[in-house]
Amino acid sequence: MDDIQVKKQTKKYDAVIVGSGAGGGMAAYVLANAGLKVCLLEAGPMFDPATDSAQLKNPWESPRRGASTKFRPFGDFDGCYWGWEIDGEPYTKVEGTEWDWWRARMLGGRTNHWGRISLRFGPKDFKHRSIDGLGEDWPIGYEDVKPYYDKVDRLIGVFGTNEGLENEPDGIFLPPPLPRLHELMLKKAAGGIGVPVIPSRLSILTQKINEERGQCFYCSQCGRSCKVYADFSSSSCLVKPAMATGNVDVVPNAMAREVLTDSDGLATGVSYVNKDDMLDYQVDGRVVILAASACESARLLLNSVSQRHENGLANSSDVVGKYLHDSTGASVSGVLPHLMGRKRYNEDGVGGMHVYSPWWLDNKKLDFPRGYHIEYWGGMQQPAYGFGWGIEQLNGKLQVNGKTKAAGGYGKSLKEDYRFMYGAGVGMAGRGEAIAFESNYCEIDPNVVDKYGIPVLRFNVKYSDYEINQARHMNQTFKEILHEMGAVITSGGDAGPHNNWGLQAPGKIIHEAGTVRMGNDPKKSALNKWSQAHDCKNVFCVDGGQFVSQGDKNITWTIMALSMRASEFIIDEMKRQNL
Amino acid sequence: MDRRKSLKALVLGTVSSAMLLEACDSDTGKVATQVLETPEASSTEGRMAEEVARLKEVKSKNFLTEQEMATVTVLVDIIIPEDDISGSASDAGVPAFIEFIVKDKPEFQTPIRNGLKWLDIQSLNRYANPFRNCTGKQQLEVVDAIAYPESAAPEMKKGVAFFSLMRNLTATGFFTSEMGVKDIGYMGNRPNQWKGVPEEVLRQHNLAYSEKELRECVKFDETA
Repeated sequence: MDDIQVKKQTKKYDAVIVGSGAGGGMAAYVLANAGLKVCLLEAGPMFDPATDSAQLKNPWESPRRGASTKFRPFGDFDGCYWGWEIDGEPYTKVEGTEWDWWRARMLGGRTNHWGRISLRFGPKDFKHRSIDGLGEDWPIGYEDVKPYYDKVDRLIGVFGTNEGLENEPDGIFLPPPLPRLHELMLKKAAGGIGVPVIPSRLSILTQKINEERGQCFYCSQCGRSCKVYADFSSSSCLVKPAMATGNVDVVPNAMAREVLTDSDGLATGVSYVNKDDMLDYQVDGRVVILAASACESARLLLNSVSQRHENGLANSSDVVGKYLHDSTGASVSGVLPHLMGRKRYNEDGVGGMHVYSPWWLDNKKLDFPRGYHIEYWGGMQQPAYGFGWGIEQLNGKLQVNGKTKAAGGYGKSLKEDYRFMYGAGVGMAGRGEAIAFESNYCEIDPNVVDKYGIPVLRFNVKYSDYEINQARHMNQTFKEILHEMGAVITSGGDAGPHNNWGLQAPGKIIHEAGTVRMGNDPKKSALNKWSQAHDCKNVFCVDGGQFVSQGDKNITWTIMALSMRASEFIIDEMKRQNL
Repeated sequence: MDRRKSLKALVLGTVSSAMLLEACDSDTGKVATQVLETPEASSTEGRMAEEVARLKEVKSKNFLTEQEMATVTVLVDIIIPEDDISGSASDAGVPAFIEFIVKDKPEFQTPIRNGLKWLDIQSLNRYANPFRNCTGKQQLEVVDAIAYPESAAPEMKKGVAFFSLMRNLTATGFFTSEMGVKDIGYMGNRPNQWKGVPEEVLRQHNLAYSEKELRECVKFDETA
């Protein structure tokens, strides 16, 4: 074997950022625009939606008709590289526990394909321990983050409506699109049983906001990433303009190994493996900002062991890796007999739902402590792999043009069934808040390394009765809404205690958070309220890792608000010579 | 505002290719041809090297034999035949799709191969010919025994499972083909303006937009 050689970059950066998704992209954008020199490490290749997106591809342009692969678990046209498994990069689980870990490897990370659901946390979401005694309060409140939510709204763009709801704060919204037909039906049915349905809040530009980005042209394919940058992806909306300042060097295919520290315990930079030549490199920076995803950032800290940081960097509290939690998820779907044989028209709309239901009940009167919101889908979507699948379980239950047929079948009669049923589907899913428990964690597996020789994570997560009871409530509510609509339920109808009421395995909703949490007490938290490590003042974590809890809100908007806030703090501290 | 300009205005900077798109104005019924200019796709079309290698590998092999492909072709056309609206499954290239997908998703290989074998054994026992060489009437007799899961005889269970899989693969292959997408009437996947549910559809379902929705939601320049 050759002597181990580490190549050192001679350039000294003001900041080294690990990860180019929502958190890292925002940090790069803010710091570069303030004139700081930034090195942005990304574990995957470069990606520009303008040239690399599969937007407007027809299903027949994929030999697999859009079916999933391990490279694209959400389908062949999806905008995210990798997902549940990556060749050569394993992770392990303690027996009897669950965690499905999504990992994106590309410029912009998972923001290239996410649902663009952009919800602010409300005042209660930052202080839930004070309400129900569970988990921990954040060291900051809504009033601390609100100015940054406002700035993110203006910078990135989000549509929605101001409804004056206490825990669903108003924002600076672009106009939302009108509801689709099934969404009007959902609104009527859900409203009839007391479930509010309001315009969704998605970071999609229904109006132009600047010269660099286009306006939505309603092709419904945000999940593939947008060639005219009409939706938010970190690659197109943050990293690209950050690079245009001339202050950012992006290093693609750079798999971070550890954060390097000096004899005083301060960070000096990051070591990484270049995936192209498999050699180790080092890059130096005045500050190191982790934004590699909650679990990858925890992994990096835990792998950064030194004499001054024996338990891993920023981990004298021993909380790094703990309090790992995801949104809960459960769904029910069906078909609407009165929508069958419907008139055809283009109802693509934006990528995703035009309406949603924010949490509407008081948990004090329920057997679970935290709420959930409801996301909806349905209608005349672009056919893709899976189209018509399982018709033998459905077409015997319905009247097709007035006639009841035997289930299954073939020939002209069957062909007619597919046409008749097209566009009549409707479904809904809950996205709820799970409690961040200390007992749910990831740690370094002492026995396994990835193909770069980096020790991997071992997960240990279990849902409690709180989450299971919440899933039961979702299931019953969704069935009630579908019943009100006159739907025939096709999935989720048989949920029960045997499958935790359809509760998806933790990790599946891809909202990992909590592993590097912030707090005022250095014994109980890794970061202070500025996303800065208690133990190492020039290390920051600006992804979901810093979250104390995550409400029932998709976490991206808060990641960006907090990353912007931390980045402005870094600029101020550098001016004051504190960093 | 000139509609042509408004669509062009959607598009960003560096432009090197143009495509023609037709948009039907739902109010006037007029078909307007728009030019939407899009940046040229990258040489890899945004595919990772690993994906390109995997596709090459899948395409380099054959799975179904010539005889099996002949049987598949007969079957898919029984499942989705030509009618007044569109052609048959084989017209739409479904057999080639099935050959690809069983290589791409190897979990299908055993059920498909064994199912085809089951079908031939049934046909040989009944008519002394493999399925593909039976008369059309004989083929339908076998299919009738396995196409209706709720009434099929218990000893036909294997055949029923195979036929359900073939039905699903055929429908997916057909309705994701160019012919099938046109048949099903999907009208999206093109630049347009979402102006809400057409008036006559709202009336048909006894629904209407609220004043709040009409006030708050996106409006388009109707004179455009």
